[in-house]
Amino acid sequence: MINFILRRVVTSVVLLIIISVVTFGVFFMVPKLAGTNPAELYVGKSATPADVAATARKLGLDQPIYVQYGRFVKGIFVGREFASGTNVNHCPAPCFGYSFRNDRPVWPTLIDRLPVTISLAVGAAVIWLLGGVLAGVISALRRGSILDRTMMIIALAGVSLPIYFTGLLAQLWFVHDLHWFKGGEYINFADDPFGWANKLFLGWVTLALLYAATYARLTRAQMLETASEDYIRTARAKGLRERSVIGKHAMRSVLTPIVTVFGLDLGQLLGGAILTESVFGLPGIGRLSIDAVSTKDLPVVLGVTLFGALFIVIANFLVDIFYAVIDPRVRIS
Amino acid sequence: MKGVDMATDVLVSGQPGSGGSGATPPRAFLDVRDLRIHFPTDDGLVKAVDGLSFSLDRGKTLGIVGESGSGKSVTSLGILGLHRLGGTRVSGEVWLDGEELIGASAERVRSLRGQRMAMIFQDPLTAMHPYFTVGAQIVEAYRVHNKVSKKAARQHAIDMLGRVGIPQPARRVDDYPHQFSGGMRQRAMIAMALVNNPELLIADEPTTALDVTVQAQILDLIRDLQEEFQSAVIMITHDLGVVAELADDILVMYGGKSVEYGTAETIFRRPEHPYAWGLLGSMPRVDREVRDRLIPVKGTPPSLINLPSGCSFHPRCPYVGLDGIPCRTEIPTLAEGSDHGVACHIPPAKRQRIFSEDIAPAL
Repeated sequence: MINFILRRVVTSVVLLIIISVVTFGVFFMVPKLAGTNPAELYVGKSATPADVAATARKLGLDQPIYVQYGRFVKGIFVGREFASGTNVNHCPAPCFGYSFRNDRPVWPTLIDRLPVTISLAVGAAVIWLLGGVLAGVISALRRGSILDRTMMIIALAGVSLPIYFTGLLAQLWFVHDLHWFKGGEYINFADDPFGWANKLFLGWVTLALLYAATYARLTRAQMLETASEDYIRTARAKGLRERSVIGKHAMRSVLTPIVTVFGLDLGQLLGGAILTESVFGLPGIGRLSIDAVSTKDLPVVLGVTLFGALFIVIANFLVDIFYAVIDPRVRIS
Repeated sequence: MKGVDMATDVLVSGQPGSGGSGATPPRAFLDVRDLRIHFPTDDGLVKAVDGLSFSLDRGKTLGIVGESGSGKSVTSLGILGLHRLGGTRVSGEVWLDGEELIGASAERVRSLRGQRMAMIFQDPLTAMHPYFTVGAQIVEAYRVHNKVSKKAARQHAIDMLGRVGIPQPARRVDDYPHQFSGGMRQRAMIAMALVNNPELLIADEPTTALDVTVQAQILDLIRDLQEEFQSAVIMITHDLGVVAELADDILVMYGGKSVEYGTAETIFRRPEHPYAWGLLGSMPRVDREVRDRLIPVKGTPPSLINLPSGCSFHPRCPYVGLDGIPCRTEIPTLAEGSDHGVACHIPPAKRQRIFSEDIAPAL
């Protein structure tokens, strides 16, 4: 088991290094190849060539790309200095550089935004996991019934309808018309838990609907497949009550793939739910990334990308470990 | 020859019109009357079991033989009430120790399953849950019918594993099914089926998935345990060699119906149905000289949706239409022979002559 975990840690780290090389390459080399100096993006179009050159020197953009990458990595682990003339600016680890737009360091910005994204993702995850799996199980057990068909149609709609449609509609009805929920700024959980939940609720439900639909369909298919397994027949032959046949024997097999998908989905969402955050005005990582892209704020874009990749890699790692824990056949071999 | 009397008796009372014999004889421990299991599919109604009757006493073994798709397994699932739910039509009677099961509530049948009647399945790898330890699965089977502590149940599971010949049971009890070898896994499966000392044990091709050396061990084990527990055993198989060793009575199934039913002695020494002849001809024998080739039963098993008209074996029967008998139009019933039932239109005397003159010398 220890060996297994170590192997997984090593692959995860290697994966992160590769991702960082590729993303760094894309953001700092591709503009160069396309004929734009990243420094121009920082200082703006009206700047003189001398200004651009000075900025490039300050940010180290005049160095070869591998030196830039080396400094970038060093910045993440031990911090780095940005020198302009006599002015030396120390950026403590983990340093992802400074925003081109507001000169704020990238890392603290990400950390500021993270609670919003976590609140949204985790809240939605709880709803979709419970709702989706429950709907899927009921659908499978009542296969072919009106209930099954109705739920599967809702699920199909849930998968098909985009967030910017359901989200806006939800806001129109529940915030604007019915006033069930308040609009306005995001509220920290610590400041006002009820306000926090009130503000996030529609976002949770909208986002959850999208995922719950997928989970309901996955659960249903998995349950139907498991129900025809020999070991389910054995469970019945032992005289177990239907409750344990389904709830224990079948669910154990159904949940395995669900957990895998769930880990990856949650990992991905923690990197930012761009559409949901934009539609509901939530200042999370997703919102930060879309703002950074539209203003060509390269260090922020790079930071957000790596941050998101980190979550996905961690989620992958945890899912692998979890798999080994719940499936004894993986553990032994 | 108690088995013979019993079989004859059952066959008589199983005949339409012969039921009015006055005082009802005591029922056998397991008594199946005119069992029918039909399920609708998109292609039509599958008549998996169509009018099957047999009976079995405690301590006795009934072998049900037939090809794949002859309805053997569905019969056993039907007795346990495990046939696929949802649209499946079951009729007839299944009496277990004087209690009728087809009409009983699902909850009542559930409480008997695993307790008084248990089943051993063909492939122990797929029949055990891959995510639970062998011990946990046996403990579960025990505790659902007995109010005992987990600790006591675990000790019982270890005892059972030891009893079916698994070495170091106290250690193996915490292993998962995939850590067992095929033979050991089937032993564990048997331990699980026998954990509540069931009075009826149904073994559905218990040795098919095992290699030959292990097969004999498993059959010995089932026989020993049967003696110990005095269970009634139904052994379902397509392997006549298996029933030759174990069975007191044999029922030959074809196309969801019983075509020949009698004592093992009778079926092996004096079979009268052409299909039974075919099965015997296709069986490898170690007690005879090695023949060049086994003789297969020509043709393929019939579709259970569209059974051939008349005798459903007629398209494959070498004696079809002999002396103008109506094989293609009339369904033969399981008529009584000397001491066994044969569903064939050929007159008994003629069948016996064909067997002794043409078939037996070639076997």
